[in-house]
Amino acid sequence: MASVEMRLPAVHKPVSPAASQSNRDDKHLVVPGDVITSDTGFMRGHGTYMDEDRLTASVAGEVERVNKLICVRPLKTRYNGEVGDVVIGRITEVQQKRWKVETNSRLDSVLLLSSVNLPGGELRRRSAQDELAMRDYLQEGDLISAEVQSIFSDGALSLHTRSLKYGKLGQGVLVLVSPSIVKRQKTHFHNLPCGASIILGNNGYVWLYPTPGHQDEEAGGYYTSMEPVSLADREVISRLRNCLLALAAHKVLLYDTSVLYCYEASLTHQIKDILKPEIMEEIILETRQRLVEHEG
Amino acid sequence: MAGLELLSDQGYRLDGRKATELRKVQARTSVFAQADGSAYLEQGNTKALAVVYGPHETRGSRSKSLHDRAVINCQFSMATFSTAERKRRPHGDRKSSEMSLHLKQTFEAAVLTELYPRSQIDIYVKILQADGGNYSACVNAATLALVDAGIPMRDYVCACTAGFVEDTPLADLCHAEESGGGTSLALALLPRSGNIALLQMDARLHQDHLDALIEAAMTACKGLSKVLDDVVRQHLEEVSVLTRD
Repeated sequence: MASVEMRLPAVHKPVSPAASQSNRDDKHLVVPGDVITSDTGFMRGHGTYMDEDRLTASVAGEVERVNKLICVRPLKTRYNGEVGDVVIGRITEVQQKRWKVETNSRLDSVLLLSSVNLPGGELRRRSAQDELAMRDYLQEGDLISAEVQSIFSDGALSLHTRSLKYGKLGQGVLVLVSPSIVKRQKTHFHNLPCGASIILGNNGYVWLYPTPGHQDEEAGGYYTSMEPVSLADREVISRLRNCLLALAAHKVLLYDTSVLYCYEASLTHQIKDILKPEIMEEIILETRQRLVEHEG
Repeated sequence: MAGLELLSDQGYRLDGRKATELRKVQARTSVFAQADGSAYLEQGNTKALAVVYGPHETRGSRSKSLHDRAVINCQFSMATFSTAERKRRPHGDRKSSEMSLHLKQTFEAAVLTELYPRSQIDIYVKILQADGGNYSACVNAATLALVDAGIPMRDYVCACTAGFVEDTPLADLCHAEESGGGTSLALALLPRSGNIALLQMDARLHQDHLDALIEAAMTACKGLSKVLDDVVRQHLEEVSVLTRD
């Protein structure tokens, strides 16, 4: 008989006045409708609007100043794409010559038939046959990894998968976190030494999968292995998933080192216990400590 | 003759408040992880839960999407257990569609929709316990949820009701006062600019009293905006302490 653990909601801990006091000094926090400045010498950035002659905040967040430009960065938003970002998305629609991809952005992204590598690998014009066979490559519900190629005028993203590292994702686990806690790095694909691989999408979608043995060049990123995944691999992936959720709950930046440290800190606990608030706090504290030591 | 005395000779109301006193407001934001923004708000015994998804691609019929701004989609519902008698409330009954429409109009006045062409913003509000002022609790909860979702707004939208009893305007009516047969006026205000987003009154009232009533409702809205402001700033500080490097 499996026992079920139940708990009552915990008391909401207020921030210590000292911490919020020191915070107030070095950060300029605003809420919608707050006047940032009535000086006309500034430029209006994201998260602000002009109310008559006053520069006013339109979101709740922190004011960022770059020379004359004033922006307000909200705590939580949808993903704002930039060219070159690695994203993970889900196909929502197959249209003529394009796929629509849901990427946690404010409009669905577009993956053009002309910006994918087709199986076979050769470079050629896309024929009518390719258009008819689009659903054989990617169909609704498939997950893909891709790179942002350009941004349309209305803010929608255009993606491409013109590299063997991008393409359809096979077996693995998707974890959704806030896009703001994914650290921008040179590479977002990591083979972690603990025995699994991770793709940290800039859009807050994180993909965990067993480290592939060898890449089949011919398939061009559309080959998905249906081999059963060993129990050991699945346990590593489950542990990583819970670690990612713990890191996200405590707003720790996600990158290979932080994920790995968190994984190592969690090894003394059972996988399911990582999500318990008190154990989560302990693991995160240890992770933060190691990260600080690593930097210093 | 109404059975209840809504305002005593000493100037106290049924629940012991003064004429201009608001009910206790408690709120929390970010109550759900999977939504873009969410908030829970209690205004006396009225409890509302608001969830915001978006801005995202318009789902369903594509003809609904606008090329120059975002569409706001509101859905109001009441829990079966929210009122004194248990009642199943199917989706799309007249009362809740009217309320949804009012919420939509209110937030179209406040949200900077022109920043998100061809998108859609979904606002779902549910009343968990109804004790008068459902509309205002919904607006206040939805405002907090929109701020939590990081959706640009001109200002908070604060809403409050006001009634008129024995030549005295009463702020923030409870259920007993609302159903007592008196006048009830619902007002949604952008407090900093003083612009009115929505004003609704169904009952009859002498023209001379209208200004006093609106004035009372506006004062109440401004009081509420301070409470909402505190909730948002508190949350902002808590999170920014966590994310500080």
